[in-house]
Amino acid sequence: MSSRKKAGGRPLLSPRLRALALVLPLLLFILATFVAPLAEMFRRSVHDPLVADALPETVAALRGWDQLSPPGDAAYEALARELQEVRAENRARVGQVGRRLNRVESGMATLVATTARELAAAPGASAREKLIGIDAEWGTVDKWFAIQSAGQRFTTRYYLNALDLDRRPGQGVVRQEENRRIYLLLLSRTLWVSLGITALCLLLGYPVAHLISHARPERQNLLLALVLVPFWTSLLVRTTSWIVLLQNEGLVNDMLVGFGLIADDGRLALVYNMIGTFVAMTHVLLPFMVLPLYSVMRSIPAVHMKAAASLGASPFRAFWRVYWPQTLSGVGAGGLLVFILAIGFYITPALVGGASGELISNKIAQHMQTSPLNRELASALGVLLLAGVGALYVVYDRLVGVDKMKLG
Amino acid sequence: MRNPQQTLTRRTAGTRWALRSLAIAFVALLAASGCAREEEVPSLTIVSFGGSYGRASTKAWFEPFEAATGIRVDVVDYNGGLAQIRAQVEAGHVFWDVVDMDLADAVAGCDEGLLERTDKAALAPADDGTPAVEDYPEESVTECSVGNLRYATVVAFNTEKFPGEKPSTLNDYFDLEKFPGRRGMRRFAQENLEFALMADGVPPSEVYATLDTPEGVDRAFRKLDTIKEDVVWWETGAQPPQMLADGEVLMSTAWNGRIFNAQVLENQPFEIIWDGNVAGVGQHGIVAGTPHLEAAMDYVVFASSPENQAAISRYISYGPLRFSAYEYVSTHEETGIDIRPHLPPPPSDSSNSLFTDWKWWSDNADEMNERFSSWLAR
Amino acid sequence: MDQDATRSNRPYVEFAGVCKSYDGRSMVVTDLDLEVRKGEFLTLLGPSGSGKTTCLMMLAGFETPTKGVIRIGGRSVQALPPRKRGIGMVFQNYALFPHMTVGRNLAFPLEVRGIGKTEQRERVRRALRLVRLQGLEDRNPGQLSGGQQQRVAIARALVFEPGLVLMDEPLGALDRQLREEMQYEIRRIHQSLGVTIVYVTHDQEEAMVLSDRVAVLRGGQVEQVAEPEALYEEPQRSFVARFIGENNRLHGRVASVKDDICKVETGDEVIRALRVADLREGDETTLSIRPERVAVQPEPGLYSNELDASIEDMTFLGDHLRIRLGVCGGTDFIAKIPNVVGHGAVLEGDRIRIGWTPTDCRALNVDDEKDA
Repeated sequence: MSSRKKAGGRPLLSPRLRALALVLPLLLFILATFVAPLAEMFRRSVHDPLVADALPETVAALRGWDQLSPPGDAAYEALARELQEVRAENRARVGQVGRRLNRVESGMATLVATTARELAAAPGASAREKLIGIDAEWGTVDKWFAIQSAGQRFTTRYYLNALDLDRRPGQGVVRQEENRRIYLLLLSRTLWVSLGITALCLLLGYPVAHLISHARPERQNLLLALVLVPFWTSLLVRTTSWIVLLQNEGLVNDMLVGFGLIADDGRLALVYNMIGTFVAMTHVLLPFMVLPLYSVMRSIPAVHMKAAASLGASPFRAFWRVYWPQTLSGVGAGGLLVFILAIGFYITPALVGGASGELISNKIAQHMQTSPLNRELASALGVLLLAGVGALYVVYDRLVGVDKMKLG
Repeated sequence: MRNPQQTLTRRTAGTRWALRSLAIAFVALLAASGCAREEEVPSLTIVSFGGSYGRASTKAWFEPFEAATGIRVDVVDYNGGLAQIRAQVEAGHVFWDVVDMDLADAVAGCDEGLLERTDKAALAPADDGTPAVEDYPEESVTECSVGNLRYATVVAFNTEKFPGEKPSTLNDYFDLEKFPGRRGMRRFAQENLEFALMADGVPPSEVYATLDTPEGVDRAFRKLDTIKEDVVWWETGAQPPQMLADGEVLMSTAWNGRIFNAQVLENQPFEIIWDGNVAGVGQHGIVAGTPHLEAAMDYVVFASSPENQAAISRYISYGPLRFSAYEYVSTHEETGIDIRPHLPPPPSDSSNSLFTDWKWWSDNADEMNERFSSWLAR
Repeated sequence: MDQDATRSNRPYVEFAGVCKSYDGRSMVVTDLDLEVRKGEFLTLLGPSGSGKTTCLMMLAGFETPTKGVIRIGGRSVQALPPRKRGIGMVFQNYALFPHMTVGRNLAFPLEVRGIGKTEQRERVRRALRLVRLQGLEDRNPGQLSGGQQQRVAIARALVFEPGLVLMDEPLGALDRQLREEMQYEIRRIHQSLGVTIVYVTHDQEEAMVLSDRVAVLRGGQVEQVAEPEALYEEPQRSFVARFIGENNRLHGRVASVKDDICKVETGDEVIRALRVADLREGDETTLSIRPERVAVQPEPGLYSNELDASIEDMTFLGDHLRIRLGVCGGTDFIAKIPNVVGHGAVLEGDRIRIGWTPTDCRALNVDDEKDA
C-alpha cells in the first residue's frame, strides 16, 4: 500500500521530462521538416562523391598532376580499367558519371558514354592509345581536369559556380567566362529587388495600417478583411490577374489610351519586365507588411500625438519623433518578413518578370526541376541565399534589436 | 483536492487507450498495403501529363489497352521531370509503372538508371514487315524508352493583326522591319538557338554541327540579339495562345497542340508557320524496378503499333512517330476535320523542319542554359 | 487662499457663448460662459458626459467650438493649432513617450522650441526637482511607478514654462492613497509657480482640495462657479447641492415668501427655508439640508424648524455617528452627529425631535432627477 501511495503522490515523470514529452512531437516535426532538409541541402552543396566512388584509382592517379600536359600512363590505364568495370557492374552509372563530369566540361557526357561502350573493342597497345583512338579529346588537358575536379569528394566548386567563379587547369580559381556569368548578377538583383519591394510595401502599407488601426472598430474589421482578401486567392490567380491588367492590351493601358494620356502605338510596357515584378510582388506581399504594422500601431495610444502637439511639435515632428519610433518594431518585423519572402519568390517573377525580372530563385527552381538537374548547384545557391538572409538578420539585430520585433 | 491516485489511473488509462488505437491504426495500415499488393485484377499505373493530352491518351491508348488485355489502367497526372521517379527508385518502392515523358528526361533517366531498358525486338514491325527500329526516325527511340508521338515548337500568329501581307516563314518572325511588333518566345535556351540559326540561313541538317562550334553559338545569340528588345518571354504552354488572343504579341513561338486547340475549340483566327519548326518527341518509359514489368512492356508494345500510335492524332494534333503509322491518320474525332494539316510535318519531310538533337543538348545544356540566362539578364 | 495678491481681475482664459456639437444635432456643450483668472486653479467638475473634457479639448485646440469664442490672454485662439497655443497638458494616462527616457521626454518640448542643449539639460533638471524626481533623467518611463510617471507628465507640461496648464483627470489611474498624495503635490506646485491651471475631474473631493474655484458642469452647461466653500455651503442649484457633498432633500410647495425666507409645506410640516431660487408662492421646491447641520434632540425653541423623526438605524463611523431617520414619510433622511460625550442618548427605534435653522435649509428649484 505504501509504495502505491508513493507512486500516486509523485508524478510519473519529472515536470521537466513531461514538458519535454509534450514538445517532443513538435521537436521531431521541426527536425524532420526543417533541420534535416537544411542539413541535407548543406551536405549536398559540398559533398559530391559520385565520381570519386566510381573512378577511385583514376582520381588517385591524377593527384599531383601538373595540369599543363596530359597526365601519365597510370591515369589512362586506371580510367580505361575503371570505366569498363563500372559499365560491367551497372551501365546506368556510366551515364551518371558522364553527366556529373559534363557540369565541369561540356561534352563529357557523350565522351564518357562512347568511350565506355567502345573500350572493349578499341584497337591500340596501351590504354593511352586506345582512349585517344576512341576520341582525340582524351589527349587534351581539359577532359582530365574535369575528372580531377569532379573527383573531389568534398568540394567547393558548386560555391565557386554559384559565385560565377571556375577552376581552370593550371590557373586555379578564375572568373567564369563573361558570357556565362549569371549568378552574381541574379543574386544582387534579387537582393535589390527584394529591398525595393520591401521599401514599396512599407511606403504603401504604412498609411494603410495607420488608417486601419485608427478607424472605428466596425470599420476596422471591414478594412482588415479587405487587406486579407488576397490571402484567400491563389497566388497564381493573383499573378495572372496582374498580367490581364498590365499587359500591352490590358486594362491599364486601355484606360491610359482612352483618356488620351498615351498614344495607341505608344502603350507602356508594364508587365514582363521589372515593373511587372515589382507591382505583382508588392501586391502579394503587402499584407505581410500591413498586419505587423497594424498590430503595433493599434497599441500606440492616440493621445501620444495630442501630447506631442500640446508640447509644441509640428505634425511632421510629432510623427517623426513620437509615432514613427514606436512603430519601428512593426516596421522591422514587416520588413524582415516581406524581404525574406521576396527573396524566395519564383512563381510571380517567372510569370510577370520577363527576361529582366528573373530572380535567383527561378534559377534554383530550374536546377532542381528541369533537365539537366543540378541539385548540388541549387543547394549551393540555396545555402548562399540562406547565409545572406542570416547576415541581414544579424545586421538587423545590431541596428534595431530582434527582441523588439513584433509580429502580431 | 483531487485524489492523485485517481488522476494517475485516468492518465494511465488514457495512455493505454492512445497506444491501443495507434496499434490498431498501424495494423490496419499494414493490412491495407498488404491487400493492395495481393490484388486479383492485374493493374498498371500509367503516369501522364493530364489535361487535354491526358484525355486524348485515355481515349487513344489506355481504354483500348484495357479492352484488349483486361489489365486495369490507373492514370496518374504529373508535370514532367524525374524527381518523383527518382524518389521511388531510390526508396525501392516503385508504384508508377509506365511514364509518359519528354525525350530529355528519358535520356537522363536512362543514364541515371531510373528507367528499365526496353527490348526493341518485341515491338511490332510495320505492316510491310519493316522491323520497328527502322520504322522510327533516328533518335526517337532510346535505350530505355519508345517514342510515342511527335509535337513541334512552331511560330504562330493572329491573322487579324495582319490585314495585308501575312508572315509565312521563320525569317518573317525574326524580321522586325517587315513585321514590326512584339514576339513571344519561350524563356529557354533550347529551340531558340535552333530557330535563330535556321533564320540566319543555316539549313536544318547543319544546325547542330554549327552549334558545336563556339562561333556557331555566338552566331545564334547574335541573331537572337536582333529581336531581344521586342520579345515577350513565356514560361508555360498556355501563355502563347493567350498572348496572341490578347494582342500582347504579334507572333509567338508555341507548341502546335495548344495553337490547334485554340483554332478548333475556341475558333481563334490563329495560323501556324510550319517553316523551320523544331520537332520534339514524346516517350513511353518504364520505371526501373516496377513489380509489373511484363504488363508495362505489354502496354508499351501495344501503344507503339503503327495503328495504335496513330490513334492519338484522332484526339489531339500530335503526330505519330513511325513512318508507317501515317497511313492511319485521318480526321479529328471531335470536329471531324482533317487533322493532317494540323500535325507536325511527318519525319519523312525534313526539308524545313528540325529534329531536336538530344545528345547535343545533354552535352551542352549546362553551359547553354547559363549562357542563355546570362544573355537574357544583360 | 493666499494667492489672491497675484491675481488680476482681467480674465486670462475666457469662454464666451461656446457651443459644441459633434453630429450637428445634439449639443455636448451649450452656451458656455466661463472665465479663468491669471494664476487661478479652476476645476471643471461634473459627472461623465457633462462636457468637461470637451471644454478642455477645445481650450487645448484639439476640438473646435461649433459656436462662440475662446480667448486666452484676451486674444481669440480660434485660428491657433494646439502646438501654437503654448499650453501645457497633462493627460489621464500620462501619455509619456515610452521610447524616450524621462530626460528626453522632458527635453522634447524644449527641443521643438529650438532651445540649446545646455539649457535643455538645466531646465529638465529643474523641472524634475520641482516634482521631486531628481536624477531620474535616464530611466525609461516603463521603469517608473504610476505616481512617478504622473510627476514626470506634470513636469513635462511645465518644463517649457507655459502660462496655462490643462490637466485631464490626471489622477484617475492612481490608487486612493497615491491620489491624495498627488493632490497635495499638485497644489504645492501650483502655489510655488503661480501658473494658471484648468483641471478636469469627476471627483468632487479632489476638486475641493485643489481648486481656487470650481465650475460644476452638467449636460454641457455650467451649473455654478464658485469657491469650494461657497459651493458646499451655498449651492445655487439642486444638482450642485446633490453633487457636492451629501445632502438631504425634501420636496414641498412654497406657502409664503418673506424677504429671504420662505415657508414651505411638506407633508404635514411647515419648514422655514432660505429662498435661494427665485421662488413664488405656490411653486414646487426642493429643500436641501446638510446632514451635519441637522441637530438631534435640540433644546426646544432653539431652532425655528423642528420636526418629529424616528431613528431607522445608526452607524458608528469613528469621528461621527450617521443616523438614518424617518421624516415626512421618507426614510432616507440623514443626520450626522459628532462623536462627542453624550451621543449615546438616542437609540435605534427611538422617536426623537430634530431641528435646523432656516439659513441651513436652502429652497431650490425642483430639478429633474436623471443626473442624480
